[in-house]
Amino acid sequence: MPVVEFLQFTLSGIVFGMIYAAIALSLVLIWRGTRVLNYAQGGMAMFTTYIAIEVIYHTGSYWAGFVVALAAGVVLGAVCQLTVIRPTMNKPPLNAVIVTIGLLILLEGLAGIFFGGQYRSFPAAFSITGLKVGTTPLGVSRFDVFVVAAVLVTTLALAAAFKYTSVGLRMRAAAFNATIARLSGIRVARMFTVGWALAGLLGALAGVLVSPSTFLYPNSMDAIFVFGFTAAVIGGLDSPAGAVVGGLLLGIALSYVAGYGGSKGSDLTSLVALGILVVVLMIRPDGLFSATKVRRV
Amino acid sequence: MTMQTLPRRLGVAVVTAVIVGFLSIKLDTFRDYQIAEVAYEVTAVAGLTVLTGLSGQISLGNGAFMAIGGYTTALLLMHLSWPFVAALVASAAVAAAAGAIVGVAAARLRGPYLAGATLMLGVALPSVAYAWPGIFGGDQGLNVTFTTPAFLGATFPLTRWQAWVSAAVALVTLVLLANLCYSRVGRNWRAVRDDEVAAALDGVNVAATRILAFVVSAVCAGLAGSLLAIVTSLVAPGAFTITLSIALLTAAVIGGLGSLPGALWGSLVIVLVPTYVTDVATSHGLSSSVGSNIPIAAYGVVLILVMLVFPQGIQGGLRRLLTTFTGPDPKTRPWHDASAAHVTPSADEAPASQHEKEGTS
Repeated sequence: MPVVEFLQFTLSGIVFGMIYAAIALSLVLIWRGTRVLNYAQGGMAMFTTYIAIEVIYHTGSYWAGFVVALAAGVVLGAVCQLTVIRPTMNKPPLNAVIVTIGLLILLEGLAGIFFGGQYRSFPAAFSITGLKVGTTPLGVSRFDVFVVAAVLVTTLALAAAFKYTSVGLRMRAAAFNATIARLSGIRVARMFTVGWALAGLLGALAGVLVSPSTFLYPNSMDAIFVFGFTAAVIGGLDSPAGAVVGGLLLGIALSYVAGYGGSKGSDLTSLVALGILVVVLMIRPDGLFSATKVRRV
Repeated sequence: MTMQTLPRRLGVAVVTAVIVGFLSIKLDTFRDYQIAEVAYEVTAVAGLTVLTGLSGQISLGNGAFMAIGGYTTALLLMHLSWPFVAALVASAAVAAAAGAIVGVAAARLRGPYLAGATLMLGVALPSVAYAWPGIFGGDQGLNVTFTTPAFLGATFPLTRWQAWVSAAVALVTLVLLANLCYSRVGRNWRAVRDDEVAAALDGVNVAATRILAFVVSAVCAGLAGSLLAIVTSLVAPGAFTITLSIALLTAAVIGGLGSLPGALWGSLVIVLVPTYVTDVATSHGLSSSVGSNIPIAAYGVVLILVMLVFPQGIQGGLRRLLTTFTGPDPKTRPWHDASAAHVTPSADEAPASQHEKEGTS
């Protein structure tokens, strides 16, 4: 039935879209504060997922691993920012890019040393058998519902924290105008560290949520990162809402390509992603949700 | 920079050619292969360092142009039996056309948006080979037949000939690029990089200047891809992954962005450091999973350290070292201050107020 098929592709697209959105959001968090694009985001997520798998293996509890992964994400984000990113802040912008690429390579190497390079399967929190309405399969599982809910809850919690808490207000002020924020007594540098820590948390969440469907290996998050980055660029790197919309748009579009593309479908996904990206950027060079900004030559 | 004249550049190129020729005869086959590898890497990195360092446009997808050059060469040699030189020129031409298309699309994009678009290009283009295996050989790729010419005799090692051809193409490319960079074209690139509005007011066609930079870097990458095809005797999508594109940018930045000698230092680092660390690791009898991953980790550490210790790259570090011995050079090179134009403020200043100034992140 074509209608059912369409529904299935859409739903599974939303699931992957939410994961891209989580990565995109983490990139936006960092970009807004420190004007750095963190190419190590996927590598950090991979590493924290390895930590999760070790904890699950030793304790036998999925949720222990889940919580430890998120905590490790926070720590890893903050540590990376304090140790290697902060010293690049008064240097040419490309230096920070290369440092994050170096960080990515370092993390992938360390993962290979500590955890081995082989593919490992990662457990899911809930059943991965497909849900049905009556006899109609929906193409998504209970775990997929959890994926969407987890990203959604985290995103809304972050949005609420930014809007209603004092730390959130200070972070927004630091990102909006660091000089004025500093004159108002805000510890701007510390706010940037908090931004990296929160991005680490989002990345870790994405890693734990996506790994049951991709397996875990040192490069396993590379493709997820590329699509998350693409989603952030489509949405506009300054816009958290854009990151979510970009992620969903990309996830659903790629799901249609993989579903309807026949034998070539999976080979064509990255070409279609490139096409979407080019079309969006031709119309809006700073992403869909960019604030109006004058740049004329 | 009074000495950067054509005779001097040719002199440097000839001396380098003699050194490479001497090394290729003295060293073993594996080192010859590495010479060829450095040669094609430096060809691509030099084009990228011009694009990013001089015209101020980042590209995380120049591996795609290498793929275009490599596949063009492979197809022409295989189906039409063209001589290699003709295939090399054709590869450069096809890459130039692709560079023009990408350049037009890129001309409106800045900073991370350009980075994202080129990254996706680098990821997406190799999948063309998977989608149309009938033409491009799919995962297996296409074999490339390349032999030593008859006049060298039957015993002349193929790797040495590959090293010579690659080094020759690399040196010619570098000399031409050096001339271009000090010409009106190079000045326009730097003008556009430093201040688009001022450049436009001075009558520089900003869009055309930026697009030309993409064409030049694509030609270099196309030549590099063509060389890669004959050196490795194979073009396959696995050779042109995003890792390649990122390695090119990495080499350009750690060598010293915008500097052609820096392109050579950077290429040496990305080719030699992983092999060197592997040798050390295996000689210490480390287990394979550890031994094979230590070079990766060490490579990451080298990238981070070079960026923190030498913010201007290796070439910048060398220059600083020289000036501590000889005193400051009053005739500082105009283009080597690539970074000075778009330095981000320190963590204690106002990055968010810099929306208009964001550089090539």
